[in-house]
Amino acid sequence: MDWFVYGFAGFSIAAAIMVITRKNPIISALYLCLTLFSLAGLFVMLGAYFIAAVQVLVYAGAIMVLFVFVIMLLNLDPEKLDIKSFHPPKVLSVFSAFLLFGFLAFIFWNNKLTGITGVDTQALVDQNGGHLKVISAKLFTTFLLPFEITSILLLVAIVGAVIMAKRRV
Amino acid sequence: MDYSKVMLITSAAIFAIGFAGVLLRRNALIIFMSIELMLNAVNLALASISFSLNSLDGQVFVFFVMTVAAAEAAVGLGIIIAIYKNRKTIDLYDLRLLQG
Repeated sequence: MDWFVYGFAGFSIAAAIMVITRKNPIISALYLCLTLFSLAGLFVMLGAYFIAAVQVLVYAGAIMVLFVFVIMLLNLDPEKLDIKSFHPPKVLSVFSAFLLFGFLAFIFWNNKLTGITGVDTQALVDQNGGHLKVISAKLFTTFLLPFEITSILLLVAIVGAVIMAKRRV
Repeated sequence: MDYSKVMLITSAAIFAIGFAGVLLRRNALIIFMSIELMLNAVNLALASISFSLNSLDGQVFVFFVMTVAAAEAAVGLGIIIAIYKNRKTIDLYDLRLLQG
């Protein structure tokens, strides 16, 4: 079972590195799709089945399709694709990224994860009718206000996207 | 069965890779994809901590992060298309001046 976790984790890191280092944006979009799928695999290993399914449906299924449509719509000329992106290497950016990773990894490695331990153990979740039922109950009772605000946010995003795409009247 | 440390370090690595992608690339679409990578790394961190602290609130929060990321992707790509229609380029080195 361990090798699934290490496999998905290594695969997602490798695919993420390929996302930022390709010249062609379509290839980067496809590698991002691969990263999202391997992250969905990691969510399944954590027992978070609902968000694994939502990740595949929404992120890899809708947002990546939007990206691919926009890349194909823009129809960039070959010489405008990012050919000179690694000459000269931007040493300070790479160094600061390593520094950020080292800092976060140090915290995560040495910290005993203490916090307010919740009550939703696996036994309680199974008793209350399964994972999806407990998350839906939380979404519509405890988290009702963020849910409604998110629906207003989506309305605002739709109106904004339509206005951005309009012809100048 | 405690995978939390491996997952958290994976999340830190993907966040740092997205961070490097934002700083290093000139193409606006690839910078946008690196921002999505950072959001996914945060989702993974939230899910793994919710697993190790026995609480499903982290996963509900992941749901909201995904919704906000979808809305932001739609509007951001609309902005990128509008910039392309106006300036005929999405190379950030050519878009440095605010004047048209």
